Formats: sequence, structure tokens, C-alpha cells
Amino acid sequence: METKAGRLVDPCSSQITKTGAWRTFVPVFDHTKCIKCSLCEIYCPEGCIHQEEGLFIPDLDYCKGCSVCAHECPQRAITMILEEK
Amino acid sequence: MSKGSDGKASQKMASQAYGQKPAKTANMKVVEGSYAVAHAVMCCRPDVISAYPITPQTHIVEHLSQMVADGEIDSEFLTVDSEFSALSVLVGSSACGARCYSSTTSQGLALMYEVLYNVSGMRLPVVMNIANRAMGAPLNIWNDQQDAIGARDVGWLQIYAEDVQESVDATLQAYKIAEDPDIRLPIMVCMDGFILTHVYEPVELLDKDLSREFLPPYRPEHILDPKHPKTFGAFADPSTYTEFRYQQFEAQKKALDKIEKVAAEFEETFGRYYGGLLDSYYAEDAEVVIVTLGSVIGTIKDAIDALRSEGKKVGLIKVRSYRPFPVEALRKSLKDASVIAVLEKDVSIGSEAGLLTDLKAALYNSQIRTPVIGFAAGLGGRDITIKDIRRLVEKAEAAAKGIESEFEFLTLRKEIL
Repeated sequence: METKAGRLVDPCSSQITKTGAWRTFVPVFDHTKCIKCSLCEIYCPEGCIHQEEGLFIPDLDYCKGCSVCAHECPQRAITMILEEK
Repeated sequence: MSKGSDGKASQKMASQAYGQKPAKTANMKVVEGSYAVAHAVMCCRPDVISAYPITPQTHIVEHLSQMVADGEIDSEFLTVDSEFSALSVLVGSSACGARCYSSTTSQGLALMYEVLYNVSGMRLPVVMNIANRAMGAPLNIWNDQQDAIGARDVGWLQIYAEDVQESVDATLQAYKIAEDPDIRLPIMVCMDGFILTHVYEPVELLDKDLSREFLPPYRPEHILDPKHPKTFGAFADPSTYTEFRYQQFEAQKKALDKIEKVAAEFEETFGRYYGGLLDSYYAEDAEVVIVTLGSVIGTIKDAIDALRSEGKKVGLIKVRSYRPFPVEALRKSLKDASVIAVLEKDVSIGSEAGLLTDLKAALYNSQIRTPVIGFAAGLGGRDITIKDIRRLVEKAEAAAKGIESEFEFLTLRKEIL
């Protein structure tokens, strides 16, 4: 790591910094209610929700558990659950 | 005894140097302090100047703006909406490899506060002249040093000038110190507002060619460049943050040597010298030693001349570099004093005052057990007279026999309280 310049980093450093450990609540998706509107994907501030075989899935390596997806989902298909580790 | 020599300390002092080599004063011109400093900035060839006007700093950037308009200097001059923007512009510019300059004071410096940390944290060698002024409220545009002393922990180096000539010369020295690869930290060159910014006095303006020779172009190792994208000042979590602070801390310690070296190199080129970290005046055999910063030193030297003629052994230590704080140099210079009196134009409300607290901390773990007392004076532009210095010396002499008050306001008007 280059320590001059108050942390000088190459592009895409946010991929190295996994923020999933910050999470207290985890989003749980009910795919039967999903209408594929993509709002969860669009609103996710981490950009960690993506489609896999047509289903919206959060990447839990990066999801901080902020609940924005659950708040925005018009179908209330996403529930935030206290994550016990 | 030569004036100002401090034989027992290994520090080389300015007055000593004057004795060996007369200062170059051949081309002196009577100019305003702000013009002299603006001219010095021109000789430093900054790529970007970004500033917002505020009394008593305005004349400096007005002169620079004129110089840019007249084509005397090839700088990008940005007029911005606030001091916050002024310094933020320089964060980007400096990260792109530009030599950057700004100037501010008082409330303007306070508005920059968040950005001050960013500049030093990203190790950007920005130079700013601070035209020291009191902080509101109550609103006051006159000189004291509350503004810069209040920003002592932000990671910037701070050099305090005694007169206009030193402000000019310290500005050129500042770039050389700041841009050194081992230092890479921003510097505030502090000059007392009005007292130095608005005074007209004879000044040897810097020679452009000599300045170019003294200060090579700024070529940083890492810059913002679209071809090789990088992020400066990126997120650092608890596993790495401490190390960044540590490295700033170490760079400030390295600056102790660098400030001395650059002052000596400056003397080689220009023939003028003000001391490196400290300077002294009759401190060698002094019983009462006054420690202070800035333009009040002129008055104190006159007071010392008068007191010496009356047989009183009074001397002065001038702190040029407040950050980094020259602990070792102060210990050496103060070891033979009978009593130390700190005079400063700031107050740490709820404690004492910046220089006093730092000096006492510097002496605590040394062998020095000399009484140290402190005085706040000159707040909000109140004059500090020779009579005031005499009172300070009387109080210090009394404190040598037993301290009654560790810290007080020297020129308090009790009748209006």
C-alpha cells in the first residue's frame, strides 16, 4: 500500500475493501413477490445487488445492511433480518 | 558579548550571522508589507493561486491578481466563493502537481478548518500566508494570533515572521521546506495583520533569478493524471489510519532539521538570516528570558536595550517555528535562565495559552526547573508598549522568587469589567 498522499490508491480499491462486515441487518429477498422492477438494484448505494438467472441477489461481501432496498421495494419483497453470527 | 549570540547553545542565531556577513540591503525599496509578500509569491512561481479576500489579507491577493493581469506572473488565479472553496481548489490543483498558493486570516482560516486537515493528510505542500487577526465574536479585524495558534494541530508547519523582510524571505523558504520529498507538508507563514501587512518599510525584494536558482520546479512523485488514475486521500479503516498520522508526525520532526538547513541555504544565496527554528537577543547571560512570536519582538528588543542600559539582564528567545515545535532547541537555549516569561497574542480559553502550554510541556521532562510564567497581551490589536514589557519583566523578576500567577492577561482594563 502506498502510504504517501494520505493513502494513494489505484482504481477499483472499493472492490478490495469488503464492507459486508459492517452489517447488522441482512436483506432477505422473497422472489415470489418480485416484479423485476430493478429499483433495489438502482437504489443500492453499494451497487451490490445484481441479477443472477433472473433473480435479484445482494452481494453480501459488500452489503452494509442499510435497508434502502427494502424501503424502496414497491412489493415489500425485501425484509431486513437481524443477522446473528 | 555579541548581540543575540547564545554561546552556550549550539543553535546559530541570526544576529551572530549578521556579525559575520552583512545582510544584503543594497536594493531596498519602501513598499507595503502586502506588496512585498505578493512579490515574493511571484518569485516562487506558483501555478495556481486561489483566494478569497478578507481584511487584513486582501492586499496580498489584490497585488497578486494585478500581477497576473499584467502578465508579470504566469499563474492561474481563481476567485472563488469562500475560503472553504479557496483551499479546496488547491487540494485538487496540488494533487495534480501544481505549486499552489493562498492567503487568509481569522474567520477565513476558520472556514478552511476541515480542508486544512485534508491538505496535510494528503501531504500537499501548499503555502499560505496568514495575516494574523483576532477571532470573533466580538467582531474585531485587528491583529492577534488566535487564528493560527488555534489551528496548531492540523498538521501544517507554522513559521512566525518578525518583520516584513522576514515574511518575504520565509515565504520563499516555505516552498523549499514544504516540497522536500521527506517533508511534503503544507506551511502557514504567519505575519501579524496590519502591523506587517499594511506597514510601509524598506524591504529587499526577492530577485527572480536567484529565487529560481534557490527554489527548483515542483516535481512530485505521484500526481492526479487521467492516464494513470489514482485516488488521493482514500478511505483508511482502523487497521491503517494510525500509520498515516504517524507519518505526518514523523515528517514534522524531520522538518526541524530542514527548516534550519533551508535558512542556512537561504543565507548562502541571499545573505539574510533570521535563525532557523529560534532566534535570540541577549539571551546568553540573561536572567529573565522572554519567549514570544511575531512582530512584537521589535518592541521587546527596544525594551531590552533600555533595560540592559539600566543593568538588568533581560534576553529574548524568538520562536520562528511553532510547528514543528523546537523542543530540543528551546531546552538548550533556556537552560541557564533564572525565570522564563512567555508573551503571546492568543489564549486557550479554559486552559492558558498555546506557546506557554507547549513550552512548559517541552521543559517538564528535562533537567530545567526554571519558573515559567505566561502572559496574553495584544489581543484584538491592543498595542503592546515598552512600558508593558517593563511590567512583564517586573512580574517575571518577582516570579523568580515564587510564582503567584502562572498565567494572566498583561494589559487588562479592570475598570471596564
